[in-house]
Amino acid sequence: MEHSLQAENLSFAYPATDGGTPIPVFEGLDLTIEKGSFVAILGHNGSGKSTLAKHFNAILLPVCGRVCVFGMDTKDEELLLEIRRNVGMVFQNPDNQIVANVVEEDVAFAPENLGVEPKQIRRRVDEALKQVGMYEYRTHAPHLLSGGQKQRIAIAGVIAMRPECIVLDEPTAMLDPKGREEVLQTILQLNRDHGMTVVLITHHMEEAALADRVVAMANGKIVCDGTPKQVFSQVEKLEAVGLTVPATTRLLYELNKAGMNLPLDALSVEECAQALKEALNQSSAAE
Amino acid sequence: MLKDITLGQYFPGKTIIHRLDPRTKIIMVVVYIVALFLAVKYASYGLMLAFLVSVMILSRISPKRLLSGMKPLIIIILLTGILNIFYTGGEHLLVHWRFIRIYREGLINAGYMILRIIMLISGTFLLTYTTSPIELTDGLERLLSPLKKLHVPVHELSMMMCIALRFIPTLIEETDKIIAAQKARGADFETGNIFRRAKALVPILVPMFISAFRRADELAVAMECRCYHGGEGRTRMKIMKMKLRDYVTFLIGALLLAGVIVLRHFGL
Ligand SMILES: Nc1ncnc2c1ncn2[C@@H]1O[C@H](COP(=O)(O)OP(=O)(O)OP(=O)(O)O)[C@@H](O)[C@H]1O
Ligand SMILES: [Mg+2]
Repeated sequence: MEHSLQAENLSFAYPATDGGTPIPVFEGLDLTIEKGSFVAILGHNGSGKSTLAKHFNAILLPVCGRVCVFGMDTKDEELLLEIRRNVGMVFQNPDNQIVANVVEEDVAFAPENLGVEPKQIRRRVDEALKQVGMYEYRTHAPHLLSGGQKQRIAIAGVIAMRPECIVLDEPTAMLDPKGREEVLQTILQLNRDHGMTVVLITHHMEEAALADRVVAMANGKIVCDGTPKQVFSQVEKLEAVGLTVPATTRLLYELNKAGMNLPLDALSVEECAQALKEALNQSSAAE
Repeated sequence: MLKDITLGQYFPGKTIIHRLDPRTKIIMVVVYIVALFLAVKYASYGLMLAFLVSVMILSRISPKRLLSGMKPLIIIILLTGILNIFYTGGEHLLVHWRFIRIYREGLINAGYMILRIIMLISGTFLLTYTTSPIELTDGLERLLSPLKKLHVPVHELSMMMCIALRFIPTLIEETDKIIAAQKARGADFETGNIFRRAKALVPILVPMFISAFRRADELAVAMECRCYHGGEGRTRMKIMKMKLRDYVTFLIGALLLAGVIVLRHFGL
């Protein structure tokens, strides 16, 4: 498979502030993300998720090792714009990402920076706004929109660059459940319908369960990596590094501890219910 | 409580004044201000007033709205008027009481002064009321772009203005929240002498500054992520193009200026 984002033997430390020692974050991290996949990155606070994300579009540069995006080394300054155009980045607080005070002007910001032709910009802006379902709001003022809507505008602002990949750093952390649902649907759609590579950094296990692949990090290292089912069934390992598992897995895990024998990879509520029903049927049949 | 601030407010509309190119409007305001300072007496003021009223009618901005925007400036306007009454000498002494002398010329002068200030403010208000902040900064950037050759950071300045305009509502909302939070903890902003009140503001200003700096930091990263690299090689989605109506407006502006200069020549 084609690789889109690739970190090889990545080491990074934040420079020391006022004479102290530098703060190391990664030491020899390897991670490859396939093109077109949807990867969720989990990890406790301070585990280095945001730092990793910022390496993928050359906001931060590795101290040792290298980061390649679509075959371009992020250390190559000549390619800086091309790298940033290909890897769109969305952050937690939508308020601090929106530049202009009209929705469509904000979405136009990135293509304008790239020197795209005016007519082409118009087309991209309309398309991006339709993709996130905010086309009717194109002339509104962003500060009057809801959190979920603002975050979708931020996503539109990024996809107007026509990136190959989009990295979202806790995009739903400041949103209410409704806004969260809207943003998640938008992300899923981008991945499924438009084949965009998606990297979603999150604290919500339920969101991570939607991905094709889950990477769990702790203290700058990858502790678990695999499909959601594979990762979440390692309950002890995750809990040892301060991560919780989805409520469904938790329930099955506790039941197993109490002596039942249930599969831990029943992630969705339906699967979990099914697994429980089967177990109950079996036990009543055995009696 | 801070939400009522109407600084540089914009009232969306579709009138011909709204649709004029922002550059035209900015140039016209400059022409209008110059003409206003060249005006001397009834006739020239009449001409200027006629122009102002026609723009007001065309843009469907009611005089009430214009005047209500001037409320915070009333003291300055009145003060200028009063000072003019006392400091203008003349021939027709009207009141003489101890050291106060009021001449007829003083009253007339004060009247003109107040009229001039009100007309000046009305003119600039009509610009900001009918032009969105984005258009305004864009127009300014393009008008001033020849200064780039003299190394004036025109693009940077207009970007700064644009971002400031974008963040004013966000910061106001945040200030309201912080004030409410401090009030809920028993902070008192309304009583006591001025020093006491100023001191009470510290717990608001400190979190405000911290949060503004954090925002600025995040915004800078977000802008870089969206390929911002200064004004070089940047295009715009909306291209500005002068239309027939803009040229007609310039003609009217030239006529207005010429008219005032001629009237001035005859001392009218
Ligand atoms: N600008 C910075 N300067 C110095 N140290 C930093 C900086 N940003 C982060 N760190 C440190 O680097 C480590 C990793 O931080 P990072 O922000 O990547 O974590 P995270 O996984 O995104 O956490 P969270 O879930 O809270 O967002 C932390 O120990 C943090 O203290
Ligand atoms: Mg983070």
